[in-house]
This record gives sequence, C-alpha cells and structure tokens, in this order.
Amino acid sequence: MALKMVKGSIDRMFDKNLQDLVRGIRNHKEDEAKYISQCIDEIKQELKQDNIAVKANAVCKLTYLQMLGYDISWAAFNIIEVMSASKFTFKRIGYLAASQSFHEGTDVIMLTTNQIRKDLSSPSQYDTGVALTGLSCFVTPDLARDLANDIMTLMSHTKPYIRKKAVLIMYKVFLKYPESLRPAFPRLKEKLEDPDPGVQSAAVNVICELARRNPKNYLSLAPLFFKLMTSSTNNWVLIKIIKLFGALTPLEPRLGKKLIEPLTNLIHSTSAMSLLYECVNTVIAVLISLSSGMPNHSASIQLCVQKLRILIEDSDQNLKYLGLLAMSKILKTHPKSVQSHKDLILQCLDDKDESIRLRALDLLYGMVSKKNLMEIVKKLMTHVDKAEGTTYRDELLTKIIDICSQSNYQYITNFEWYISILVELTRLEGTRHGHLIAAQMLDVAIRVKAIRKFAVSQMSALLDSAHLLASSTQRNGICEVLYAAAWICGEFSEHLQEPHHTLEAMLRPKVTTLPGHIQAVYVQNVVKLYANILQQKEQAGEAEGAQAVTQLMVDRLPQFVQSADLEVQERASCILQLVKHIQKLQAKDVPVAEEVSTLFAGELNPVAPKAQKKVPVPEGLDLDAWINEPLSDSESEDERPRAVFHEEEQRRPKHRPSEADEEELARRREARKQEQANNPFYIKSSPSPQKRYQDAPGVEHIPVVQIDLSVPLKVPGLPMSDQYVKLEEERRHRQKLEKDKRRKKRKEKEKKGKRRHSSLPTESDEDIAPAQQVDIVTEEMPENALPSDEDDKDPNDPYRALDIDLDKPLADSEKLPIQKHRNAETSKSPEKDVPVVEKKSKKPKKKEKKHKEKERDKEKKKQKEKKEELSVNAVTTPKDECEDAKTEAQDEEDNAEGQDQDKKSPKHKKKKHKKEKEERTKGKKKSKKQPLGSEEAAGEPVQNGAPEEEPLPPESSYSLLAENSYVKMTCDIRGSLQEDSQVTVAIVLENRSSSILKGMELSVLDSLNARMTRPQGSSVHDGVPVPFQLPPGVSNEAQYVFTIQSIVMAQKLKGTLSFIAKNDEVATHEKLDFRLHFSCSSYLTTTPCYSDAFAKLLESGDLSMSSVKVDGIRMSFQNLLAKICFHHHFSVVERVDSCASMYSRSIQGHHVCLLVKKGENSVSVDGKCSDSTLLSNLLEEMKATLAKC
Amino acid sequence: MIQAILVFNNHGKPRLVRFYQRFPEEIQQQIVRETFHLVLKRDDNICNFLEGGSLIGGSDYKLIYRHYATLYFVFCVDSSESELGILDLIQVFVETLDKCFENVCELDLIFHMDKVHYILQEVVMGGMVLETNMNEIVAQIEAQNRLEKSEVSKQLCSSPGWVEKTWAEAGVCTCVGLCCCETSGNDTHLLSSLSPLKLMDLKVNQP
Repeated sequence: MALKMVKGSIDRMFDKNLQDLVRGIRNHKEDEAKYISQCIDEIKQELKQDNIAVKANAVCKLTYLQMLGYDISWAAFNIIEVMSASKFTFKRIGYLAASQSFHEGTDVIMLTTNQIRKDLSSPSQYDTGVALTGLSCFVTPDLARDLANDIMTLMSHTKPYIRKKAVLIMYKVFLKYPESLRPAFPRLKEKLEDPDPGVQSAAVNVICELARRNPKNYLSLAPLFFKLMTSSTNNWVLIKIIKLFGALTPLEPRLGKKLIEPLTNLIHSTSAMSLLYECVNTVIAVLISLSSGMPNHSASIQLCVQKLRILIEDSDQNLKYLGLLAMSKILKTHPKSVQSHKDLILQCLDDKDESIRLRALDLLYGMVSKKNLMEIVKKLMTHVDKAEGTTYRDELLTKIIDICSQSNYQYITNFEWYISILVELTRLEGTRHGHLIAAQMLDVAIRVKAIRKFAVSQMSALLDSAHLLASSTQRNGICEVLYAAAWICGEFSEHLQEPHHTLEAMLRPKVTTLPGHIQAVYVQNVVKLYANILQQKEQAGEAEGAQAVTQLMVDRLPQFVQSADLEVQERASCILQLVKHIQKLQAKDVPVAEEVSTLFAGELNPVAPKAQKKVPVPEGLDLDAWINEPLSDSESEDERPRAVFHEEEQRRPKHRPSEADEEELARRREARKQEQANNPFYIKSSPSPQKRYQDAPGVEHIPVVQIDLSVPLKVPGLPMSDQYVKLEEERRHRQKLEKDKRRKKRKEKEKKGKRRHSSLPTESDEDIAPAQQVDIVTEEMPENALPSDEDDKDPNDPYRALDIDLDKPLADSEKLPIQKHRNAETSKSPEKDVPVVEKKSKKPKKKEKKHKEKERDKEKKKQKEKKEELSVNAVTTPKDECEDAKTEAQDEEDNAEGQDQDKKSPKHKKKKHKKEKEERTKGKKKSKKQPLGSEEAAGEPVQNGAPEEEPLPPESSYSLLAENSYVKMTCDIRGSLQEDSQVTVAIVLENRSSSILKGMELSVLDSLNARMTRPQGSSVHDGVPVPFQLPPGVSNEAQYVFTIQSIVMAQKLKGTLSFIAKNDEVATHEKLDFRLHFSCSSYLTTTPCYSDAFAKLLESGDLSMSSVKVDGIRMSFQNLLAKICFHHHFSVVERVDSCASMYSRSIQGHHVCLLVKKGENSVSVDGKCSDSTLLSNLLEEMKATLAKC
Repeated sequence: MIQAILVFNNHGKPRLVRFYQRFPEEIQQQIVRETFHLVLKRDDNICNFLEGGSLIGGSDYKLIYRHYATLYFVFCVDSSESELGILDLIQVFVETLDKCFENVCELDLIFHMDKVHYILQEVVMGGMVLETNMNEIVAQIEAQNRLEKSEVSKQLCSSPGWVEKTWAEAGVCTCVGLCCCETSGNDTHLLSSLSPLKLMDLKVNQP
C-alpha cells in the first residue's frame, strides 16, 4: 500500500507539465498528430486521478491543445472540477480553460452557477476577478439571469479592481439577459463618476457599447457625458465619449451645435493623433446631422478637411488610411469640399498600399460629376491595365461600374461611351465579375431606349468575337457577358445591321462549349433573331432567303438538342420542332413571319427589386394555410412521384410542338397576352414590335435625332472608349455655341428641364447636356404596392433586445432575481417553482403610510420599498441559518431602519427570485430540457404568471383554508430540498370587512408527526402572532415553518386564527377555525432530471411500483401534464407523443418517477418510488386531481 | 468590441488564440490561417488596418495588427473601437509582456501561453478594453504571481511534480537551451524591432 503511494507520487513527478508538452510537440515535428493523441491519452489518465494539482496540470495542457485546434469539450466536467479548486493557482487554470472552450452549447455549464457565485463572493479579490473574467467569456442567458444580482452587488465593491471588472461584465449580462438592463442601469450610471479612472473608463465603455446599438435611449445621458468630455483627461475615455457623441448627434441636432466648439478646441489642442482623428470624425457626424438645418458651418468643414489632408499627406500609412476613411464620410454631405482635394486622392490611387488604394477608390465614387466622369474612368482604366493581382483589378472593375451607374446613371452624358467602356472591360482576363458587366449591359440596353441601336451593334460584334471570350475556358467569369450580348441581340434584333451574320455567329458549334445557362439564352434568342429575319425576308419577298434561314436553323439546332444541360436541351428540341413545322408551311408557300414574330411581341420592362415584396396580399388570403391537408409521411413518399410522372405522360402528347397547329398557336398567344395583361410585371403589350417604339409612353420625349452626328452611330469592330473623351470635348464646345442661340428660345429649355428627371445636377453640371436625350425607364412597381418602406431590422439582432427605455422609473416587477445562497438545486432548475401570488397592487398604500417619514436617497428607498412590500415576517428560522436569521430578526424589530442592501434576508431573495422565474416562464421559451415550462404557459397562462392585478387567479396553488365575513385564508405549502423535514406554509389573509383587523394570532394543534416551529420560549399552546395588521380590503401573506417527521402520509392539522376586528365604533374579538392539509404532493419539490439519469434510476431496481388509471378525461395531454407539474410539483423528463416520463423528489430525498400515458379517454399513471406508501398516497392524490379534469 | 485576438509567428503558427465569440475549433484554426495569409502578404511599411471581410463578423469588423520581430499581433475589432487606440493597445500589451517576461521573445509565448493569457485578461475582458495603464496591469499580474507562489510553496510537499518551474523562474534561458525552436535559435526580442510608428503621437494613455 505504502509502496503504491510512493509509486503514485513518483509517477506524478514524471507527469508532463505544459512546458514539457510544448517541447515534446516541437521535438515530434514529423508525427505531431500521433504524439498529441498520445499526450491526450496521458491527460485522460491524469484527469482520472484525485489529486487536484494533477488535474489542473492536465487541464492546462488541454488549453494549449485547444489553441492548436483540438476539441476539448469532452473534458468540460474536469474543467469545472479544476475551477472549483480552492487554490487560486488551479482555479485560474480552470477558468482559463473554461473561457477558451465553454459556450452556450456546453451542457455542464449549468453546474457552474453556484461555483461562480461562490467565487464572486470570495474574500480574495483575485478569486473574484478570475471568476468575472472567465464568466465574461462564457456567460449564458441562464448564468446571466442567476448571477446578475451578484454581479450588480460587485459593482459597488470596495476594490476598484473588482468594480471595473464587474462593470464591464454587465454588458455581457445585458446582452444575454436584457431584463437586467433597467434595474442595473442606475448603478452603472453612478459608475460614470467613480473616483477610480479604470472603473470610470469601464462604465463609459459599457454605456458606449449600449448606446451604439440603441442611441435614442441614451440621449438623456448627454449632459453627463458632456461634462465628462470637458473634464476628463484620459484619452481612452475621451475617445469613447466622442465616438458616442457621434452616434447621438443624428438624433438630437441641438447636441451637435453644442459639441462643435469643444470639439474644435480639442482638435486644435490635442497632440494625440487618435483623439484628433476621433474628434474630426465626430465633427463630421455633427455636420452631417446639421447639414439640413444650419448651412453655416463651412469653417468647421474646412478645418476638418484641412486636418484630414494633413493626415493623408502624412508618411504614416495608418494615418493616410484613416484620413481617407474620414474623408469619405464628409463626401456624402459636402462633396464639394472634398472635390477640391481631387489631386490628392487621385495620387493615392497610385499608392503601393492596396488598402489605401481601395479607400481612395471609395472616395472617387463621390467625386465624379458629369464633367469629370470620363476623365476619372479613363484613369481607372489605365489602372485596370496596370493592376497586378486580380482582386484589386476586380475591385477596380466594380468601382468603375459603381461610379458610372450610381444614382440612375446620373453622371453619364454619353451612353455610347459607357457601352464601349463595358465592352472594353470584357477584355479583362480572369475577372470574376463577368455577370456584373452583363447586368450593366442589359440594364442600359433595356432602360436607355435611344442607345439600343448602338448597343446591339456592339453586342453583335461581341458575339462575333465570342470565341475570344469563350476560348479562355469556362471557369472564366467573363463569358457571362455573352449572356447579355445574346439576349440584347435577340430582343432588339430589329436594330441589327446584319441579322443573318449574327444568327450564324450564334449558331457556331463553338457555342456549345459555353455554360448551360448561356447556351439556353442563345437558343431562345436565336429564335427571336430568326423571327425577325423571316419577317424581313418575307416583306422583301425573298421566299428563298427565308427558306435558307429556316434550313440553317434546322441544320444547326440539333447540336443544342444534344446538350447535357436540361434547359438547353428542352428549349432546343421545342424550337427545333417549331422550326420544322415552319419549314413545312414555307414549303407550301404559306406566309409565316407574322405568326412567328408575334411569339415575341410585347416589351420587357425592368422591375424594381422590391416589387415582388410590395405586391399586397389580397384580403382573405392566408398564405400559411394548407391548400390541401398534407399527406401523412408514409403515403406521400411512395405515391407522389408516381402521380407526378403519370400526369406528365398524359400531358405530353398534347403539348408536343410538332402537333401544335395554328389554332393551338393562336390559343397560346391569346393565353400569353392574357397572362401578360394580368401579370403586374408586364406593363403593356403592343401589337407588334415595329409599333412598339411609337406607342411606348415617354417615347415622345425622345428626340430621336438630337443625337449629334459627330458621334458615329456605327463603330466598326470593338470601339475605343478614349475617342469619346475627345469627341465629348468637341461636342461640349459646340453645345456652348448652340446654347447661346438657344437662349432666345427659352421655352425649349424649360421643356428640357422637365424632361430630365431623377437627377440633381450641380450648377456646373447644368451646362453639359447629355449627348443622347435619354429617357431612363424607371423600374416598375406593382400597381397597388404597399407604400411604406419598413426598416427591415434583423429580428435576430441580439442588440435589439437591449432597445429599452431607461428613463422610465423602475417597476417592481423588474428587480433582478435574487437568490438564496442555500437554494442551490432550485436555482439550477429553470423549471418554475410553486408560483407565488403577488398582491403588489394593494400593498404599497400601506407601505407608504408606514414609511412616509423616512428620508432616503432615491435608490435605497426604492430598494427598501420593494423589500417592505414583499416582507413577510414571522418565519421562525431554521437552526442552521442563524446568520441570516439574526439579520432578519433585526429587520423585524426596527424594520424602518435603513439597512445594508447587501444583507437582504434570504426569504426576500427567494421570493423575488421566484417571481422572476414566473415571469420568465411566462414570457420565454426555456431551454430544450424543459419544454413544458413554456407549453404550460401557453396552454394555461393563468396558472403560472398570476397577473399582478388579480388578487387570486382561478388556478392558483393557493387553496382555500377557511373564510368568514371578516377574513379569507388561503394557503400554499412548499418544501425545499435543503430542509429535509421542514415545509413552509404561506398563508394569505385577506380582509373582507370594513374594519381593521389587528392582533391576529394563529394557533395550531401539533400532531406527533407535524409540529409548528415557534419562536423560542413560547409554549406549544401559545398562538403565534401574525406580524401585520390588515386595513379593509387588504391582503397580506405570512409564512410559517412546520417540522414533519414522516412525509409518506398526508395529514391534517387543526388550527384557529383569532383577531380583533375594529371599526369606527367597536372592536370585537373574532376567531376562525381551519384545517391545514399537508398532502404528500406538498412534500415534493420540482427537480429537473435528465433522461439518462432518469433511465439509470429506473434501472437501479430499488424502486417500488404502483399505478392508477383514470377514465373520462378530455383535457389535452399537454394541459394534463401541466396540471401534474403544477399541483404535484413534477417536471417532465421526456415526452413522446401521448406518453411522458416525469420526475420529482421529496424533501427527504425520495425519488418519484412517473410514466403518464394518455389513451382515448383515459389516463394511466405508473409510478416508481423509493417508498411505496408515499407512492400510493401520491397516486391517490393525483387521481383526485385528474378526476377533476 | 474586440472580437478576437490572435498572435502567430511569421510561419503562421498560433501562439495565442483568444476569441470573444464562439467559433468551433476548426473554424478558429481556419480564421487564424486566413488571417495569417492576409497579413503575410503585406509589407511592413504599409498601413496596419485590414478589412476582415468575411472572416469574422462581416463588414463592420477590421483587422488591426502589428508585427514585432517574429510575431504578428492581430486584433479583430468592430467599428466602436478607435483604430489608433487599438494600435496603441497592442503596444501596451506587448510592452506589458516585455515587463512581465523581461525582454519578451517568441519562446516566452510558446512555453507560457497560459501566462500570456493571464496578462491579456488584465488588458481585455470579454472583448472590452479593461485597463490601459501598464503600471496597473503589471501590478495586478505581480500580485497574482505572489499569490500563486505562496500557494505553490505550501503545495510543494504534496505535489512535487507540478512545481518544477514557477512563473518567476520561468525565464527564457530555461527553455532556450532545451529545445530546437522553429526560429532556429534566432529568437529575437520582440520590442527590438518596434515599428517606427510615432508612438508618442499615438499614446492615448497619457494623463
């Protein structure tokens, strides 16, 4: 034996510590994974030992392995063991490991609550500190709720070290448990003026974080912060405050006006760049918020811009970066002040640092005007050519597109130039943004009608050189532009110069190497083109030409029919049949062109991105309702696919295009027109494509030939955008001359002014008329679109819950949950306790009367009042709580005396806590372990959260004890696991008369088994006084403790309440007899239990069994379970369909397991319990309850 | 809020990984790797801010880093933090390490990751800046070391294996000789290559 011990300690000496582990890993470079897995095995061995030092060492090593990416969640329990070590050294290791590896999903985390609470109240500040630090990393909603009050107490700790940590962690607590914000806020606010700078800084930190998310709730703090800003010398604090002001000013312009001056002073005086920068930033924010109201702050703007320029010109890249960043904020409201620094910004475009180039690019976005757009884009294009690295080049590409397309192409004066830029961009190799270019091409071609002809010519050139694009392989994003090119050429084929040529280009075999979705567009648009050519040929009377085109189609289409892409295949085979049919008709000399082109009649208009969302749901339509009841699982799996298949086969022959005769075609056309008419996204359908132009509304605005002839309408080959720059200059010059002439004709100019819409030209811009008078088609909205554009806030935003009004006075219901330190088990269980009926609404009157004269500072008073309200005295205290008992006794004696807030009597804590719990159960879905809590709340809301206004809800755990014309007594009996033979009886006395009831005394006749715990020195026969008087209509609660010997049997105690009823004239002596019924259920306490532990319990075999069955029950199973939970203090372990296992524990530690099954009309309850008598009595009681259902 | 603090060396080996938001271990490693590749590409004389992009949190987040000798110190922060302030905080952190380890170098971080964590815990807590005053931080660390030492000496007889090296003895020298380190004996004092930032300007913590 001795040898073994020696051996053990020698072994331990050779245990690796962290350093050895690290060294080992470094020495095993080749087989690191193997070595580590070996180490993990060793660690597992070490964790099994009892020596806490060894365990701590093992956990320390695990923390290192966690950093290397190994999952250590399996050791969570051992980590908790180390956390609970008494020595700081080990505790710290445990908390570090926990902070690295615990998270909300860690199931053992709930076991830490009491350990953390213990550490928080530890006399050593470092134990407390380490617990706070650890908790800050893994706080969960449950932990936050249970510990909020403890942490709040620590905010007034004597040591600033603890105070600052407690203040900081409150932010995490708020996030997880938003209810704590309002009760904690006053103290947090106090800490803003803490004498210790660290604490102050922490408080500023927390409030800034809070205010950043929901600024409007913190506006009232502005004066305080203002004071801090002007007095504080701590730059950290100043930076935070100044940042906070930046968030507040948009909400309160007056604040901004006040801020300008001190901020300007700071800007001038500070030497810290970080502070300077934040000041500038906030001044910018202020100016933005003021920009509408007060225009006269040019001096401040100048100052900002000037300081920023200094930053940008600095050699320090960081300052340069930040300067550009801040500049971009000014840009939004004061573009002109920034535009004057264009040189500097363009210079930054050449910087070697990519971050800086990107920031400069951002700035460019706001610097363009009609005048300089071409010039800037030209510069960017040269950068595109020079750029190494595709990321930056892609960024440039997107920026060019952004700049040009911003605010509805506001700055583009010449769309031909833009199209050529887009076409030039297609020559970029390896860009990912082909789809962006494509989207722009489509957008411009669709929305700018005047440009279509030019666009089509360019696109056909692109299609012609498609091999260049497609050849650089498919993964190349640039081939996306062919999608746009094909579509534009097809849709606007009437503008094509050589449609036949384009048609051939689109039917080249090479096309089949393109991605499927592009081929599909090709196929579709080939037909459009074909229809167009057919029409032209027929009008010209070239029947042979028409047939030749048809033949071309018939020859080339099969290559698409073989495509592996379903979409391509389907479209191609459809169209091939159609073309073959046309060929037949052509052979009979039937004119078909008209028919074919009507296939594509009608115009596509752009649809606003939000249009779909804005279609209102018609009245009476419930989108969530089932149209057909869903089939049961087994059926649907087998039958559905078959049904679908079957249907398809039936349909197919009918729809085959080969059989589609003219009638069919006409019918489909009609249907399509009909559909278009009904479809909100098609505005109008015009009879024929030729007419479209004249009919479309807004077209008369387009002076078709105002296009300068200087701009070539047809550019051979791919255009060079550069030429436009020169042309543009010439054009502008000419325009100037023309303008002088035009000046005489005022009217025309006015008309022109009307024409331009959706643009806000600056003065200089007005001089430049666009080359094309462009009518940009606006996006469409459904006719009856919902008008308001709601701010879609993400409902999952965790900060949303913190949007809480902090200025409202605290309601009593908002106090933080306070826990009895001895209440360990119940605190762990989120399951509701026995609800306590609150009678707050009635009490305050009395309380105020009592304490009117007391002078307190606000907070203490509130606390106090709260305490008084809940004060229920006369609990004779159990032996082992003497500490608390003494405090309490004192409280009772001089209960008006101010007392330390921290020493609240445990009972109060408990009550508050319970109430809090009720509220939570009422309002919140609890974790998955306790599904019932919320179900119950949903099912029978009255049961749990007894609303404060109602004196006694119909479903209360309080049962009627006795009543007469003076008084009504109701009581509730609760056991707690800590006191194994004691139960607390809470008796509510309600005064129903118009007299004051006083001198109330309660005398109970003890039995052998149950005794009332009386104050020391009083005999068995003395009555116990009720510690309050009852004015008319008021009710209050008193609690008494009873000691029970055996709990296996229910029992009754007789008692009498005697009191003096006094009204204006007379005082009478009255009494009321009652019987206290201690049911077996009242000895049970709700205790959660996991299914695995539950299973073990059942397997253990030392439980006796019994069962009952009750018939004629209609209540839903859920409500039934809720009832059992409520009346008999059980918790649901697991529920499957109409079967549930439940668990509870008696105060003396008997396990009670139930299996509840619901049949058609009956419920059977099988019970297992360590005591058979208890079980049978319980089941009898349960039967009685169930029978009432 | 600070979202994450990463320290890795020039080869991307993590030396300290501290996330203030839960990520599974493999994602953490991936973030470290990607961050490393992002900063590795950057010269020492370009700006110390990086848009983190999709790495952590999204567009509101920035990577702010500093490169000291063989180590990168990377802070991932959101827009509520002052960029220059965080740069300064990194400096405070490294200088604190320097004081606690006496001429800190990579090996100290390698072998005493736990201690580095304890120091960091006095600077940043739960993602928020706790203390920026270096003297205060060092004082707290030293007090905790004394506490640990007193406990350890009591412990000594019961568990000899554990106490081979206490913090105080854990100087660099003990380990340099014993191991073949990645930096092949070329372990440089971190602060020796302090980047030429204008620290005096950035010092935000001067009263």
